[in-house]
Amino acid sequence: MTTMKTLLGAVAASALAAGAAMAEPGLIIDLGGKFDKSFNESAYNGAQRWVEDNDGADYLETELASEAQREQTMRRMADRGANPVVVLGFANGSTLEQVAPDYPETNFVIVDMVVDQPNVQSIVFAEHQGSYLVGMMAAMASETGTVSFVGGMDVPLIRKFACGYAQGAKAANPDVEVIANMTGTTPAAWNDPVKGGELTRSQISQGSDVVFAAAGGTGVGVLQAAADEGELAIGVDSNQNYLHPGNMLTSMVKRVDNAVYDAFTAAAEGELQTGIVVKDLSNDGVGVAMDEFNEDLVTEEMMAAVEEARAAIVSGELEVHDYTSDDSCPALTF
Amino acid sequence: MDKLPKWADVALIPLINLILALIVSGLVVALIGQDPFEALAIMVNGAVGSTYGWGYTLFYATNFIFTGLAVAIAFHARLFNIGGEGQAQLGSLGVALVCLMVPWPHWLIALPVAILGGGLFGAAWAAIPAYLQATRGSHIVITTIMFNFIASALLVYLLVSALKAPGMAPESARFVEGSHLPTAREVLGAIGIDFARTPMNVSFIVALLACWGLWLLLWRTRLGYEIRAFGHSDKAAVYAGINPVRITMITMLISGALAGLMAINAVMGEQERLLQDNVLGAGFVGIAVALMGRSHPVGVFIAAVLFGALYQGGAELEFETSIPREMIVVIQALVILFTGALDGMVRSPLEKAFLRFRRQPDKPGVPAE
Repeated sequence: MTTMKTLLGAVAASALAAGAAMAEPGLIIDLGGKFDKSFNESAYNGAQRWVEDNDGADYLETELASEAQREQTMRRMADRGANPVVVLGFANGSTLEQVAPDYPETNFVIVDMVVDQPNVQSIVFAEHQGSYLVGMMAAMASETGTVSFVGGMDVPLIRKFACGYAQGAKAANPDVEVIANMTGTTPAAWNDPVKGGELTRSQISQGSDVVFAAAGGTGVGVLQAAADEGELAIGVDSNQNYLHPGNMLTSMVKRVDNAVYDAFTAAAEGELQTGIVVKDLSNDGVGVAMDEFNEDLVTEEMMAAVEEARAAIVSGELEVHDYTSDDSCPALTF
Repeated sequence: MDKLPKWADVALIPLINLILALIVSGLVVALIGQDPFEALAIMVNGAVGSTYGWGYTLFYATNFIFTGLAVAIAFHARLFNIGGEGQAQLGSLGVALVCLMVPWPHWLIALPVAILGGGLFGAAWAAIPAYLQATRGSHIVITTIMFNFIASALLVYLLVSALKAPGMAPESARFVEGSHLPTAREVLGAIGIDFARTPMNVSFIVALLACWGLWLLLWRTRLGYEIRAFGHSDKAAVYAGINPVRITMITMLISGALAGLMAINAVMGEQERLLQDNVLGAGFVGIAVALMGRSHPVGVFIAAVLFGALYQGGAELEFETSIPREMIVVIQALVILFTGALDGMVRSPLEKAFLRFRRQPDKPGVPAE
């Protein structure tokens, strides 16, 4: 009898598992490429980690071919029964606005943008908080008193990074000069390492000795140029410290991987919450990367200052201005 | 006498080219460790195995018909218009302006104006290279391809400035509801046929009309005769009193307008807003379509459907298997290579084979050379 029960239980469990496996989550990798060492790669790593942690689990993945195919790719994912469908980046906003109502049974997750639909989870990050912390480190590490920023596409989201960075730098050293440049105004700016490198060299020639790149695949060129010139660089989204040990001060990690992992996990348990989810310093959605590759560059003093600021931000004592809240920045003019 | 019977020219050679391309693609797929037959099955099934597949195949085909016809008419005047990409981008601008400027009450009113807008903008973009070719002798291949870059830069400029909708992405505002073209699902649903949700829309019918119209123009009008005569021999055409400047200009204007019309399908029919790179390379695929279709409207139509199937099947293949996207592009490129560029490789042996086959009854006993 007990054996029978166990057997039945096992059958029921496997039936449940089969039911869950049928609704595979889907991930649409955005323009810029899967292995951009930054934003997309972070999302991909999150999905891979979810596969490793859930033996035999699988998910649908596809890579966007062009700006004009967003809608087809999104619909195809939903038509295939992927649930939830995770899309990356603000550029998907207006497309998802149209697509989501056609698939009321499917949940969608969008990173970096708010889409107000009943079946959409919108994940936004407090990039200004993480950027503030790396800005402080940059100003403290700088010997010339000039630090710089290279952005990808000139959109409010990237200005939010730049603004947080400038505020942090000025908090650590009120006399610091912050140079900010954007790579371009179109999505091509996410994948233009050559131009990123040129901007970096130009900033270094203006005296900058710490460069923060928030530019997706373009950042690879920024970090390379800074390393070639023997200056310090700060990575973004993924932990990029390993790319140029000795020249990477730190990375402003934005845990897109956690966002994807959490969305997949919640959906598998049937508990995906729609609405807005904010990932900030308090829940480790953003942060500063510390590892064996940058420990020699980071001083005790920097660590203490960063820890203090982090605690102040989390407790609400210190408020970092968010550029997107009013499209202006007190610490930097664009 | 033609070396080849007509059926061999229009059907056999493209078929052999296609089979060769598929064999080489199969080898490539096998090289990366995938089953080529399974891949082929997924592609065919994905492209024509369901109303969903057909919808997307014919949607892409509509784009390729317009750009294919654009290249085809230019070929008849022996002009090589490789600026279809840029002309289509300008066409998309024209269509978008029409759709954004006026709060259209119904698509039946919006469509003719959009056709006019797309055609005019496309034609205008072709007019400058055409004028330079006709009067200054600047080669049209060089000028049209340069104009592709200018068009792309112009569109980007407008999308981040004057036409940009609020928000972060570089795209225009959505078109009004009244300019929405009925999709195949809506049209066929009205008469009780269930069709999957695809972007295929009434522009497909406009494309078919354009095929028929071009055939009428080329083979049933005086202008068409002048275009073909000019293409066969410009000196003879001039001797016969045909004005080369006029023919070059008119042919290129029609060509540019046809390329621009692509936008009523892609921009007005599907995206319903102006996006960057909305042409998706259709301007270049149009060259392959025109080559494969022997510059005849019927051939262009068949080749366009084939390339539509290739696009849609390729997208399915990427979705269903772990074959990377770059590999799909390689397969599509191989088909273009074999049907377009390597045409002569098949043609001359086939011509020899046909000649030998024909001679034999005349001279029995003479050994083949």
